[in-house]
Amino acid sequence: MSNIYDVVIIGAGPAGLAAGIYAARAKLSTLILEKDSPGGQIVITEEVANYPGSVENATGPSLVARMLEQCREFGAEQKKEAVISVDFSGKLKKITSSAATYEAKAVIVAAGAIPRKICCPGENDLVGKGVSYCATCDADFFTDLEVFCIGGGDTALEEALYLSKFARKVSIVHRRNEFRAAKSIVDKVLKNPKISIIYDSVVEELKGDGILESLSLRNVKTNELTEYKAAECDGTFGCFVFIGSLPHSELFKDSLKLSDDGYICTDEDMKTNIPGVFAAGDIRVKSLRQVVTAAADGAIAAVQADKYIETAFN
Amino acid sequence: MIVLDKDNFETEVLKADGLVLVDYWSESCVPCKALLPDIEEMAKTYKGKIKFCKLDVTTARRLAISQKVLGLPTITLYKSGEKLSELSKDDASKDSIHNMIKSALG
Repeated sequence: MSNIYDVVIIGAGPAGLAAGIYAARAKLSTLILEKDSPGGQIVITEEVANYPGSVENATGPSLVARMLEQCREFGAEQKKEAVISVDFSGKLKKITSSAATYEAKAVIVAAGAIPRKICCPGENDLVGKGVSYCATCDADFFTDLEVFCIGGGDTALEEALYLSKFARKVSIVHRRNEFRAAKSIVDKVLKNPKISIIYDSVVEELKGDGILESLSLRNVKTNELTEYKAAECDGTFGCFVFIGSLPHSELFKDSLKLSDDGYICTDEDMKTNIPGVFAAGDIRVKSLRQVVTAAADGAIAAVQADKYIETAFN
Repeated sequence: MIVLDKDNFETEVLKADGLVLVDYWSESCVPCKALLPDIEEMAKTYKGKIKFCKLDVTTARRLAISQKVLGLPTITLYKSGEKLSELSKDDASKDSIHNMIKSALG
């Protein structure tokens, strides 16, 4: 079987899958490479209420499942392989995965982002031991226990609402004194009797012997430290972190132009600094990282890739 | 794979001789479900050398916490009932689980 494709898409989150739908529908031979299961960050989100036109009670996994179906219907090929290196120097771009090397006339980089960590002492040792970045994975452990939810954006507040269905008490820790999340979500949070809010505070340290037992908060205005310990009858509590994302752009730092914080720079047609290489979704510089903008990016990238191939290869 | 629950965990894992691998998972954990086929394949590869088990933590939350498992997916390798090594979250990839098993088998 040939390893040459019209388009290779790196990443199968909403941006990559939308690109896959558009590219395959345009009759381009299309390969989508994804190291994990398809879906990206959205599959760890329980409620997606703001994706236009989605059915009632849409969840991250249900949206992704439908996108996958559409990709298959149009004939995009998918492989569960991690991309190890890329070579964008030639006219045909080379993409090397854990299993093979592929060549592509155009590449769409939709490798997404990963949750940003607090980067405080104790955090790494306690991941999976009380510290979590995935509410749908871990909320159940904290049924009738207390949890802290770190962050003040849409994601943090939506996940706090989700966690309040399980936990006895949810404390949102926010470094500012007001929220930048959508007003409707803030209102829901403020009305929820299980949720309380600790403003102007950041996590300074996480401690525990094998499981999370205590958390120190620092007030950013007074520098005062407060330590919260797990109730004796509980033994532990949860610390869920939703403080934004980091781009998955390490592989591209030598070939593509990145912003200072590591996101791929593109124009509004999703073109990077290299002709034939496009970027879409959370990995690129943009103002709103949501499923709807990722999907739009993917569509634009695929259409532009089609145009590029037509001009450059015919 | 052996399906664990509150009642058989002690017999199958803590009181068992030799190497036992436990896949802590749940229905709502998408990364867990993505990993499961890889684990099932490994169960075939290492048949006779390691006993492969899975525990749906929603049916045994306190049991999981008593094993200091509070995040999914978590893959734990036990030897004669004692925890030998463990991989959780992003660290629980197919390759790293293979490596964990290989170093346990020596």
